[in-house]
Amino acid sequence: MDALSASPHRPRNLGDRLWGAGLVALGGAVAVVAGVIVLALGRLTTPLVGRVHLLEFIKGQDWDPVASSFGALPFIYGTLVTSLLAIAVALPISVGLAIFMVEIAPGRLRPVVSFLIETLAAIPSVVYGLWGLFVLVPWLRESVEPALAGAFGFLPLFQGPQIGLGFLAAGLILAVMILPTIASVTIEVLKTVPVTLREAALVLGATRWEAIRLAVLPHARAGMLGATLLGLGRALGETMAVTMVIGNTPEIRTSLFATGYTLPAVIANEFAEATSGEHVAALAGLALVLFGLSILLNAVARLLVQAVKAATGSVG
Amino acid sequence: MKLLARRRAVNAAMTVVTGLAVVVALVPLALLLWLVVSKGAAGLSWTFFTHLPTPVGEPGGGVGNALLGTLYLVGLACLVGLPLGVGAGVFLAERGDGRFGSAIRFTAEVLSGVPSIVVGIVAYGLVVVPMRRFSALAGGVALGLLMVPTLARTTEELVRLVPGSLREASLALGVPQWKTSLRIVLRTALGGIVTAVLLAIARAAGETAPLLFTALNNQYWNFAPDQPTASLTVQIYNYAISPYADWHQKAWTAALVLLLLVGALNLTARFLTRSGLPREQR
Repeated sequence: MDALSASPHRPRNLGDRLWGAGLVALGGAVAVVAGVIVLALGRLTTPLVGRVHLLEFIKGQDWDPVASSFGALPFIYGTLVTSLLAIAVALPISVGLAIFMVEIAPGRLRPVVSFLIETLAAIPSVVYGLWGLFVLVPWLRESVEPALAGAFGFLPLFQGPQIGLGFLAAGLILAVMILPTIASVTIEVLKTVPVTLREAALVLGATRWEAIRLAVLPHARAGMLGATLLGLGRALGETMAVTMVIGNTPEIRTSLFATGYTLPAVIANEFAEATSGEHVAALAGLALVLFGLSILLNAVARLLVQAVKAATGSVG
Repeated sequence: MKLLARRRAVNAAMTVVTGLAVVVALVPLALLLWLVVSKGAAGLSWTFFTHLPTPVGEPGGGVGNALLGTLYLVGLACLVGLPLGVGAGVFLAERGDGRFGSAIRFTAEVLSGVPSIVVGIVAYGLVVVPMRRFSALAGGVALGLLMVPTLARTTEELVRLVPGSLREASLALGVPQWKTSLRIVLRTALGGIVTAVLLAIARAAGETAPLLFTALNNQYWNFAPDQPTASLTVQIYNYAISPYADWHQKAWTAALVLLLLVGALNLTARFLTRSGLPREQR
């Protein structure tokens, strides 16, 4: 009788009350972790507060720790260029793959391909870097970059010395690394499109592709944007593989063949050897910028994906 | 009819294009795995697993200390990450439907996108600065913090797979909530929780960036939590960016060892999800 009246949220005996409180405390641990991250980053950055203006820090183009000159712009530029390049390459492939997997592939093929995509996601970043450094970079230097320069050499994007290392190499390796993220979220989103929409299009005489283009994709658009932002968030913070192939020079160049630097790469290279308090604080400041960007992107992306799922839940 | 033929042709073309996207996506995977296996296998030997690294040019030597260091760091990470991550996951599955639960779930999702190098700096601030030295403990804290958000979400998903009828049957017999949770729901979900833990361990073992300035590196064996420690991933990185062919070979072999370790953890996790769930869920 008592068991019937007890609702899951109103524990009645001592054991239940303790168990409930313990669980809430454990859940709260996640919030504590979030707080600890913000506090620790903030505390490491404090030596810089008051000495360097935030806007100057972000807009500054000169990075010279010995002269205590800290400008973050070359790193922000490099991070954005490589990440956007990665999205430009990975997005069409991921969407094509997701459409094939959800709409076209025979049932038996699906678990195989999703296993392979999971494998791609499970490979450690440093192994991608190793492969990028010894396989991708020489290939770019000897075949791809001369070909691109020959065909599109009139564009400033494809000019300058072809050394393999640089924005192009970093962008391509990032594309491979974020592809599983974008593809798996897009697959998830496409699966939530109600089957009735497809049927309605097909029954009106649409071909399979027309049903996908006219009924499925418009419905999934917000979710696919979410998937892209998640991929972008991953690309921004990727460290090892980029550090190994981008060349690590804090310069802003237009050419994709040129070497550059990214936020995570400079932290990886300089943090362990940073001796002055200011240098450590400046690197922690870069980490704070990175943290802010990734939190923003991930929050927007998750909200978009959630909204798509919630909307479909009420329809179908 | 000409229009219909064109529409059919577009349909066929797009089918091919999307199919090609699958192929293009999987080509790098095939190339990478083949290369790591073929290049790495050349350097495999017993001494590679048991010996310390040698200086350039000296034959032999291995990554024994780095392999052990990775296991050591992951062990320390588990001490920090497992109670928090699994606990938060159980909370989300059992009491996570309210407003507080949604907020925690959202926080975990957003945190799981925070770059690992940022978490490394956090561990630097928390452990390295007060201790005034790089240490295995700092590396363990970095990897442990990194585990929490993802582990919480995977644990939640797998605990939620336990059928509601089991819980209801237990409650109907008059068993209190906490006993039902512990002895019925969590016991049934144990296979799933182990899966989530194995996946988290595999991810942590492959991390490099947060270790660069926490655990640093070490040329020798180390078992002290307050001393710098080698790890397989940092060792691969150092070998790869060195200018020596001899060390490049070692980087490939160490990468093969790392892939085997991560792959074995992932496969075990997959096998457990398949066999560890209650029958209705298979």
